[in-house]
Amino acid sequence: MDVILFLAFAIIAVVCAVNVVVQTHPISSAISLVGVMGSLAVLYLLLGAEFLAAAQVIVYAGAIMVLFVFVIMLLNAGAEVKKGQSNMALFLGGPLLAGLVVLLVWFVQHFFGADVTVRFGSFQGGGPRDVGTALFTRYLLPFEITSILILIAIVGAIVLARKEID
Amino acid sequence: MQLWLIPLLPLAGFAINGIFGRRLPKSVINTVAVGSVVLAFAWVVRTLLGLGDLEAAHTEHYFTWIQSGSLNIGWDFSVDRLTAVMLLIVTGIGSLIHIYSIGYMAHEGGYYRFFAYLNLFMFFMLVLVLASNYLLLFVGWEGVGLCSYLLIGFYFDKKFATNAGNKAFIVNRIGDFGFSLAIFYIFKTFGSLDFATVFPRTAGESEAIVTTIGLLLLVGACGKSAQIPLYVWLPDAMAGPTPVSALIHAATMVTAGVYMCARSFPIYIHAPQAMNVIAVIGVATAFMAATIGLAQNDIKKVFAYSTVSQLGYMFLGVGAGAFSAGIYHLMTHAFFKALLFLGSGSVIHALSGEQDMRNMGGLRKKIPWTFATMMCAAVAIAGVPPFSGFFSKDAILVAANHHAPWMFWLGVVTAGMTAFYVFRAMFLTFFGEYRGHEHPHESGPAMLIPLAILAVLSLAGGFIKIPVFLDKFFPTAEVPEDFTLVAISVASGLIGILLAYIMYVLKPGMADAFVSPIKGVYTFVYNKWYVDELYDATVVTPVVEGSRAVLWKGVDAGFIDGIVNGTADVARLIGGELRRIQSGNVRSYATWVLLGSVIVIVAIGFAGGIR
Amino acid sequence: MGAVPIFWYLSLSAVLFTLGVAGFVFRRNIITVFMSIELMLNAVNLSFITFSYRWKQVDGHLLAFFVMVVAAAEAAVGLAIILTVYKNRQTLNIDEIDTLKN
Repeated sequence: MDVILFLAFAIIAVVCAVNVVVQTHPISSAISLVGVMGSLAVLYLLLGAEFLAAAQVIVYAGAIMVLFVFVIMLLNAGAEVKKGQSNMALFLGGPLLAGLVVLLVWFVQHFFGADVTVRFGSFQGGGPRDVGTALFTRYLLPFEITSILILIAIVGAIVLARKEID
Repeated sequence: MQLWLIPLLPLAGFAINGIFGRRLPKSVINTVAVGSVVLAFAWVVRTLLGLGDLEAAHTEHYFTWIQSGSLNIGWDFSVDRLTAVMLLIVTGIGSLIHIYSIGYMAHEGGYYRFFAYLNLFMFFMLVLVLASNYLLLFVGWEGVGLCSYLLIGFYFDKKFATNAGNKAFIVNRIGDFGFSLAIFYIFKTFGSLDFATVFPRTAGESEAIVTTIGLLLLVGACGKSAQIPLYVWLPDAMAGPTPVSALIHAATMVTAGVYMCARSFPIYIHAPQAMNVIAVIGVATAFMAATIGLAQNDIKKVFAYSTVSQLGYMFLGVGAGAFSAGIYHLMTHAFFKALLFLGSGSVIHALSGEQDMRNMGGLRKKIPWTFATMMCAAVAIAGVPPFSGFFSKDAILVAANHHAPWMFWLGVVTAGMTAFYVFRAMFLTFFGEYRGHEHPHESGPAMLIPLAILAVLSLAGGFIKIPVFLDKFFPTAEVPEDFTLVAISVASGLIGILLAYIMYVLKPGMADAFVSPIKGVYTFVYNKWYVDELYDATVVTPVVEGSRAVLWKGVDAGFIDGIVNGTADVARLIGGELRRIQSGNVRSYATWVLLGSVIVIVAIGFAGGIR
Repeated sequence: MGAVPIFWYLSLSAVLFTLGVAGFVFRRNIITVFMSIELMLNAVNLSFITFSYRWKQVDGHLLAFFVMVVAAAEAAVGLAIILTVYKNRQTLNIDEIDTLKN
């Protein structure tokens, strides 16, 4: 059961990710990205991260992607025009990317090949109670700092994006 | 005894005239310059009277100059019999020439500068004579070389004068190099440079070492005292004012080499080979310079080559072991050579600058005092008894015969030539009809009084018994008096005078007739044996061309500039290539980052992963 | 059914990350580039949570949570910047914004 679920949603995630990269119109990329996030949420559930799966859907798919879509519509972004070029990206990009993925997978295989297996329900420590406890005890300082960070981000975004008062 | 006053007085004169001279009136400059030297002479006399017998040296130590490891050099002055003779000559003749210069330089520019340099020269010469270690002597040695350069090139707007100054300094430098090597070797061998320490130890060293030191010292002496092969600067030095020629290039500076060799006699006594070399060089120089002097037409050049020749005699004396004879001749030569130069200066002054003897003649009626005093010098230098030159030259020739008879005979021939060319100069200048266009007038008392004093000394100086005085100081070589030899040398002098009289007074055209069959020899001798041309071809031109082609174009412009410019070019090239990374394109930046991270991952992998 | 070996999750994370980099390097539209960045961040989140499972600790979840928070802030500010860039340059083509060129 785990295997099937994993494979299904992994394939959906990969296909959507490829779509993000391949589509010419940004809005299609955005929708595909939402798909990726959704599949990832399921995978989080399989891994026992209940709180985070919910957070993923609410914050990422529900807020950030909505923001993206708003901006795309605001800017009336059209399909991408192939103007300008980069020789570096053209010649080195492909081989480097291939190398990167091979390397990473090989590493992972080398270190974690014969390691644990994931079984749904094995890890019960991902619920809201556990996350909340850790958040407000061990990770209190980062919590407070990130709240200030969000505040700064809000102020910054407003300052940057407002219309000039004539 | 306050020996330090002796050199310090002229130094003070130099300082005052040098710094303030531009604004001082001539009378003040004269007083300061002449007064400092005359006072120094007076102090010398007082000191010598106060020191009495001078059986042993009287040394005064002032301060330690260099203290470095085992090298300990103090600023020490010492007076012994040799120093006494030199001091009297330097300050005495120096005073006379300073007085003379008041009259001679009266109409020249740079008046205060001249006297400042002259005083500075006196300071260095006195340091040289009073020094009681080799390094201090070298200080004086170099200092007089510097002043010689400054004074030869006194008319610095004349190219030939500045060239002559350069030549003097550079040729002297070659000699100084030898002297420096000698000083190094002395220190290495004896561990000290003090005369009092070095000289007693010379007996204990191997002859090879002492001979080497002696020869190296001789190189220095050849440079300063214008012997073969470093004499070429002296004739050119006549470009300076005549008082300079008299003081520096006749009476004092050029004798420094002889003085140094005489002072180092303990070294030379133990190095007979070196002494022989000195004698050979001395007699060869005497002969060669005399031949050149025969054919010169410039009155100062005649006396310049005469100086070289007479210095050769002094070296012959020192080399033959007759040290006191050499110093004796140094003294008498100072008298009559200074007189000859000052007299010719008076002639030149009378003729408003004419120096070529072919344009002179018949001047004895027009400038009688100059004529009379110069005649005194001429008979002295020709070795006519009982005047001063006879005694000193005879002493040297007798010693030379004892050392090696061929040197005696060469010396006799040279004596004949000396008499000949001096009287040739006298006859051409003072006898016959006046061949020039100027209006000769006698010089003023400032110039005549020193001439008179020197004339008296030239005539009577032989009776100042220097050899007896110095015999206690130097080891005497027992040389039997031989009247045959004396007669031969006097005879050759008289023959020379007679020949000159015949050729230039009785039959004036005879000289040219005599020369035409031997035109080649005459040209060779007239052109100074082509030595300057030889030096130019073998030494000067290769060095100059070599420097230009190799050192300048090759090393400096090519190699060093190449390295510096090349470094800049390489930096520019690399920079030019590196700046292509900054394309402004975000995607290429991202690719670079990706490249970097892949490399890092590979590196981690090779390092065994993050464990 | 069988259990899923952990390294499958990790390889999936690697693949997603590489796809995100590919999008960053090859796409010209700024907004698409931004979305690729979000994709990369997600891939890393998956990695964190997988490791958290592996060691049976909740800290990985917390780290992923903070990544999400920062990503949100960054998305907000970044999009504001994109708006400003569009206002000034009238272009969304990343290759045309190269005034830092040598």
